[in-house]
Amino acid sequence: MTETEYQHPLMAAYWKQLDTSFPQVEEVFEDCMAEALSVLTREGLDAYLEAGRVIGKLGRGVEPMLAFLEEWPSTAKAVGEAALPAVMALIWRTQKSPNGRAIAPFLQTLAPVGRRLQSAEQLQHYLDITLDLMERTTGSIHGHHTTFPSPGLPDFLAQAPNLLNQLTLAGLKNWVEYGIRNYGNHPERQKDYFSLQSADSRAVLQRERHGTLLVDVEHKLDLYLRGLWQDGDQLVPYSTAFDEIRKPIPYYDRLGIRLPDVFDDWISPLPPGGGGVGGEGERISGIDRYRAVLAHIVGHRRWSEAQIADNWSPFQRMAVEFFEDCRIETLLIREYPGLRRLFLALHPKPIEGACNPETTSCLRHRMAMLSRALLDPDHGYSDAALNDFAARFHAVMEAGESSTEEIAALALSYVAKTRRQSDQFARVHFDDTVVEYRDDNRQLWKFIESGDEEEAFDEKRKIEPGEEIQGLPPRHYPEWDYASQTYRPDWASVYAALHPSGQAADIDKLLAKHGALAKRLKKMLDLLKPQDKVRIRYQEEGSELDLDVAIRSLIDFKGGATPDPRINMSHRTDGRDIAVMLLLDLSESLNEKAAGSDQTILELSQEAVSLLAWAIDKLGDPFAIAGFHSNTRHDVRYLHIKGYSERWNDDVKARLAAMQAGYSTRMGAAMRHAAHYLGARSADKKLMLILTDGMPSDVDTHDDRLLIEDARQAVKELDQQGIFTYCISLDPKADEYVSDIFGRQYTVIDHVERLPERLPQLFMALTK
Amino acid sequence: MTDKDQYKVEQEPFYQQQKNEVALYEAAYRNRLPVMVKGPTGCGKSRFVEYMAWKLNKPLITVACNEDMTASDLVGRYLLEANGTRWLDGPLTVAARIGAICYLDEIVEARQDTTVVIHPLTDHRRTLPLDKKGELIHAHPDFQLVISYNPGYQTLMKDLKQSTKQRFTAFDFDYPDAALEAQIVAKETGMDEVVAAKLVKIGGVARNLKGHGLDEGISTRLLVYAAVLIKDGVAPRDACRMALVRPITDDADIRDTLDHAIDATFA
Ligand SMILES: Nc1ncnc2c1ncn2[C@@H]1O[C@H](COP(=O)(O)OP(=O)(O)OP(=O)(O)O)[C@@H](O)[C@H]1O
Ligand SMILES: [Mg+2]
Repeated sequence: MTETEYQHPLMAAYWKQLDTSFPQVEEVFEDCMAEALSVLTREGLDAYLEAGRVIGKLGRGVEPMLAFLEEWPSTAKAVGEAALPAVMALIWRTQKSPNGRAIAPFLQTLAPVGRRLQSAEQLQHYLDITLDLMERTTGSIHGHHTTFPSPGLPDFLAQAPNLLNQLTLAGLKNWVEYGIRNYGNHPERQKDYFSLQSADSRAVLQRERHGTLLVDVEHKLDLYLRGLWQDGDQLVPYSTAFDEIRKPIPYYDRLGIRLPDVFDDWISPLPPGGGGVGGEGERISGIDRYRAVLAHIVGHRRWSEAQIADNWSPFQRMAVEFFEDCRIETLLIREYPGLRRLFLALHPKPIEGACNPETTSCLRHRMAMLSRALLDPDHGYSDAALNDFAARFHAVMEAGESSTEEIAALALSYVAKTRRQSDQFARVHFDDTVVEYRDDNRQLWKFIESGDEEEAFDEKRKIEPGEEIQGLPPRHYPEWDYASQTYRPDWASVYAALHPSGQAADIDKLLAKHGALAKRLKKMLDLLKPQDKVRIRYQEEGSELDLDVAIRSLIDFKGGATPDPRINMSHRTDGRDIAVMLLLDLSESLNEKAAGSDQTILELSQEAVSLLAWAIDKLGDPFAIAGFHSNTRHDVRYLHIKGYSERWNDDVKARLAAMQAGYSTRMGAAMRHAAHYLGARSADKKLMLILTDGMPSDVDTHDDRLLIEDARQAVKELDQQGIFTYCISLDPKADEYVSDIFGRQYTVIDHVERLPERLPQLFMALTK
Repeated sequence: MTDKDQYKVEQEPFYQQQKNEVALYEAAYRNRLPVMVKGPTGCGKSRFVEYMAWKLNKPLITVACNEDMTASDLVGRYLLEANGTRWLDGPLTVAARIGAICYLDEIVEARQDTTVVIHPLTDHRRTLPLDKKGELIHAHPDFQLVISYNPGYQTLMKDLKQSTKQRFTAFDFDYPDAALEAQIVAKETGMDEVVAAKLVKIGGVARNLKGHGLDEGISTRLLVYAAVLIKDGVAPRDACRMALVRPITDDADIRDTLDHAIDATFA
């Protein structure tokens, strides 16, 4: 490699760091680096190059190094770059064993494995399984010394992505275990097993392949939350396979709802004494188990209020939790009566008298029985206190929703009433007391000690005074004050300027990345392109006689029936005459990572807008692109990215490439300004698309409704001017306000990572 | 005039008022202002107009618009006959002559060159020129024009012109709130209110998913269908799947969610 070949001095420095002379590596180096640069941090990049260098010097040829350089960036994207030391540790162990040949296959499948596992923790489990397999199958053949490599390991590594598509890590572990135990000493059959050739290998795979994976039903659960409960949140899986002692319990916090990564179907135990021989209890599918957990959590989010924990003993808190769980479930069942069946199927039915209070702490058992009784009218328990409190609970609930506080008081008196000395015993009766669909109730408690009051601060304009905007003098627009139903004249100052430029090539790269999508879009575009002449049949007057119809009419006439007089046809040129304005919200929140993606909303918007611009350009509709953000009403910035007279060229792409996010969203003012340009077009149809990720707001406006109402007013004004506005919202919470502004003219994109695909499709559907 | 009677709404249609729209309509009619009824499919627009025609005791002529419709389909045309031609009035002309309420259903479906024929009827002129016949009709004092459309389907290409829109007073209909909608379903079908409320609940679930994979929620009309099936003895779960879910979506995930909502509602 001659250093001059790389234009960029940095690239040359990276190449030097890698310190290799494999020509195959040289060929792909630049592509690998491009990807690495986009996903790794500065330190991550150094670690990447260093690891690449080390792997290149293992003496195992070019393959491992190539695989590593190509696979690591996307692996890091999935599981985080911090997982690299763990990966390198496994490589070292392998290198020092007779299994060096397995390093290449290990690295070759690392990226798909990482994508399936999605976290460093899960990847570590995979590495542990791999190491375990390696150590237990290496050199053990017929008692020889450790000189034979593991026969099954390379096959296993090659199959790993495929296996993980079908199994959880727990399932994978069991499947591997079976292979080691049965074929540890048969090299050939071991190979057959781990390459999924042998019949029992597949049978075990089938057996382990149970359960419903969260990743597979996530979308359904999103719909469930939204449709049935008008709620929604990020669903975050945790692994159930490796915490055998303390099974993790669902919970929710700021980052989302935490759920197990897999749920097996649940078969409820038969009622004692009841049911026929060999019969099964009720079967609840994995997805319904997820739904039960989500419903329960929704219940807390709707109706529970955090209580101060400090003054209560752990026993009292436990009782409060049981009562509160039953209260919210009662309310949930009121909404959807079918939930009772679901909850009861999953709720344990502790046997009365199963706990001996002479020797054991029975509080949990009492509480679980009571919990059952509060939900199950046919509980059949005879304990007097239990029945008394069940009646009191129902009486309280009869009156309405009750409250956490009220139900806590009832819980406390239950504890007092039924207290026993033995409740303090160390031995606790646990059987049949865990209600597995309930969360851990961490949100139910607050502790006084850790006062985390939010820091109050004065909102100020975020840029320093003096840093004024260069360019044209501002234009002033009115703003709608919904409280007085009047306009505040000349309220918002809009400064228009040309958007700064970056590298046009960056946008071309984005377009290349979506090559396949572009191809699909192209097909749709062709259908949209105006066909010059369209024939209109059944015309009374027209340019030509429509012979078919004319003859039919004549026959009718001769036969004495009334002929259809519409025997002409005419032609119409089906011109598309649409002018488009794409208005981009460039406020601060765009810098956030899109939920469920490793790209920021800004990056995804950039991709989507590039594709859309490309598509509109292909169609030939005149269009403009502009972005906006604001920092109080005195400073609304409107940035031209593409004008109507410009083609989709490198200048435009360069501006798009430099897109940046900051400040707030004064949407109404920006729309009015954009309308000023779009309104001046002479097209038949005028379409303004607004791409935004949140609701209108600004730092100088404290009443949330104000800018929403103003934007709504702006939509009305635009409608009067013959401009059709349409909003594409990326805010999962948009339902709360977007229809107030845009009526029915909006779409919410739930999966932002699909934006690049959805945006052009939406545009085409809108203009079809 | 027998002609007129045939267009009369004889029996009182059941119509459940949502707000004060009946009084407002009466005011519009008193002043012969043209009326536009907007709202999603199956929310009671047609029923409302039918009810108002009955209440005002005026004939009602309904035209379902489609994209093949031409101006002659509204206004009228010459027909060929064995010994010459004969003019036949179109529905709009008939309505203008006899003093009927003319209801153009789903007006956006019609081509724009068709919609402009209504313009002279909707301003102070209240006239309808029959160009081919060389006649200018002055609308009967009782004549009124009503149009409906569903803004949900509206795309850029299928929208009314401003010059058309701005000739009408408008009612914005939507699905009624849950309690009222349950009453409607119950009264319309004789279903008991508890079951009707459950149907409405399921309708609500689908409406929450609007814009998230569903273009339209479940309409009141479909809720009525489900109730009718249940009355006829179909098991509620089957009736709901058949009348509420299958018609509106082919998306497996959404279907699954709605099916679950049905099971959760009909315990
Ligand atoms: N307010 C109401 N009172 C009585 N029945 C109603 C009411 N709203 C809806 N319905 C019921 O819903 C059915 C559908 O209503 P209608 O045919 O009026 O809908 P529409 O709004 O005209 O729909 P489309 O836009 O599809 O024509 C009616 O047949 C009736 O059973
Ligand atoms: Mg709980």
